Amino acid sequence: MDKAIFFDNAATTRTDPEVLESMKEWQGDNFGSPATLYAFGSQAKQAIEQARQQLADLIGADQKDIFFTSGATESNNWAIKGVAEALAEKGRHIITDQAEHHSILMPCRYLEKKGWEITYLPVDAYGLVNPSDVEQAIREDTVLVSIVHANHEIGTIQPIEEIASITREKGVYLHVNAAQSVGHIPVDVTALSCDLLSLSGHKFYGPKGVGALYIRRGVRIDPLLHGGGQEKKRRAGTHNVPGIVGLGKAAVMARKNLDAEIERLSALRDHIIEQLEKNMDDIRLNGHRTHRLPNNVNISIEGIEGESIMLSLSYPTAENARPVFISTGSACVSGTLEPSHILLALGLPAELAHGSVRFSLSRHDTREDADYALKALFEVADRLRSMSPVYKRGAKQCATGKSGEGCDCEAAS
Amino acid sequence: MYTEQVMDHFQNPRNMGEVEKPDGVGEVGNPQCGDVMRITIKVDDDERIEDVKFKTLGCGAAIATSSMVTEMAKGKTLQEAEEITKKAVAEALGGLPPQKMHCSNLASDGLKKAIEDYRSRHKDK
Repeated sequence: MDKAIFFDNAATTRTDPEVLESMKEWQGDNFGSPATLYAFGSQAKQAIEQARQQLADLIGADQKDIFFTSGATESNNWAIKGVAEALAEKGRHIITDQAEHHSILMPCRYLEKKGWEITYLPVDAYGLVNPSDVEQAIREDTVLVSIVHANHEIGTIQPIEEIASITREKGVYLHVNAAQSVGHIPVDVTALSCDLLSLSGHKFYGPKGVGALYIRRGVRIDPLLHGGGQEKKRRAGTHNVPGIVGLGKAAVMARKNLDAEIERLSALRDHIIEQLEKNMDDIRLNGHRTHRLPNNVNISIEGIEGESIMLSLSYPTAENARPVFISTGSACVSGTLEPSHILLALGLPAELAHGSVRFSLSRHDTREDADYALKALFEVADRLRSMSPVYKRGAKQCATGKSGEGCDCEAAS
Repeated sequence: MYTEQVMDHFQNPRNMGEVEKPDGVGEVGNPQCGDVMRITIKVDDDERIEDVKFKTLGCGAAIATSSMVTEMAKGKTLQEAEEITKKAVAEALGGLPPQKMHCSNLASDGLKKAIEDYRSRHKDK
């Protein structure tokens, strides 16, 4: 098989070889636990404290405010449930938005069942939350606002500073899920002025199964995991030493490469968008054109369905020997019958959400890779459109054969 | 997640397109659900399916089942073709992932609808 093109880096990234190397020692001979008092464990203790400092430096935090977790899902669950529990006496209202990741929405739904009230703010056609909506939604009993920094699917970057100035004035905690932004764009907890921030190692060339929650000093939050006294009694469980060391190393590398990578990937992203718009009819860009992650491209292709695009691109053929891995917001891959809730929150009709594809780039990808993937996509889209019974038939005509508003299809949707 | 047979029919679909001057047309699904199948048939004097083609919007399973159903129906009498079940289509493809059985295995419904269409046209004559 020719070298694959992996354009699904918003899902996960390749662990950097240097990161992998840094972890080896702690996976092998030096297996002591940082919680023990003898010297063997104290080396591990030093290693995780160094990683804590490295990670703190990447996000402009005090190292004392960094708490290691198993990843962004745990950090998001902890932030939401932990603050909800700690402040239950003050109030039981939380604000988030409709385009959040499931690791935010599902803890919120869980709390709803337990008697909390959740406001899910709408987003605009680009996926942006309006800060004045946040302001209007805050009530006496609001204890937390949770807004993502950059959306994993459409790459839209939220106006966190503006939202933070509102939550700060109102005395409500702000949690930011920064899983997609840390290591990709500048993330500084002081500039963002947030109270809690989630991040994940494998989203920026670190290892899987490790992440962190930043908790500003003085923020009241209950533990999610109870047990031993690790992480200042706030997160029990023996430390994932190799993972934490790898996370620290990934933070150092991200910090070093950040500015150059932003410039390079933004240019590559814009090249891809330009080529798509130049060479394909009847597509639309999802997300914001400029308030956007440097590595994200998301488009909807009319008349075809995302899984079939994804599947075609992933299978090498004689003409396209390099498999291309991308993702889609189609229902076919969500495990439900619904297409991506994020694309629907933008106001996209279901058929365009089914026809969405996401390219998410990495530090390994070149313009040559992008051009190869684009050419493959053009061919696949042409082929699938030639098979489609609905493409170019007229948007309003539906499966029943009737035309215009009010047909059975629209009633059924 | 797909069998080799599914991938083969997805990558090299049989009988893709539209029969010219079809005797029956069947369309099922809708774009909001992500699947639309259109089956066109040509029926000979003995009420056998002389030719059958499909056009499909949908996932890998939707395209593969469409392709497979046209292969299974070709040359069969209308009565035989009507008896092709979703299960039979899936089995001929070496099985489908469970979540695909319901939403993307509409091809036999499309074929039945095309036969119904043929019959209703014939009644009028």
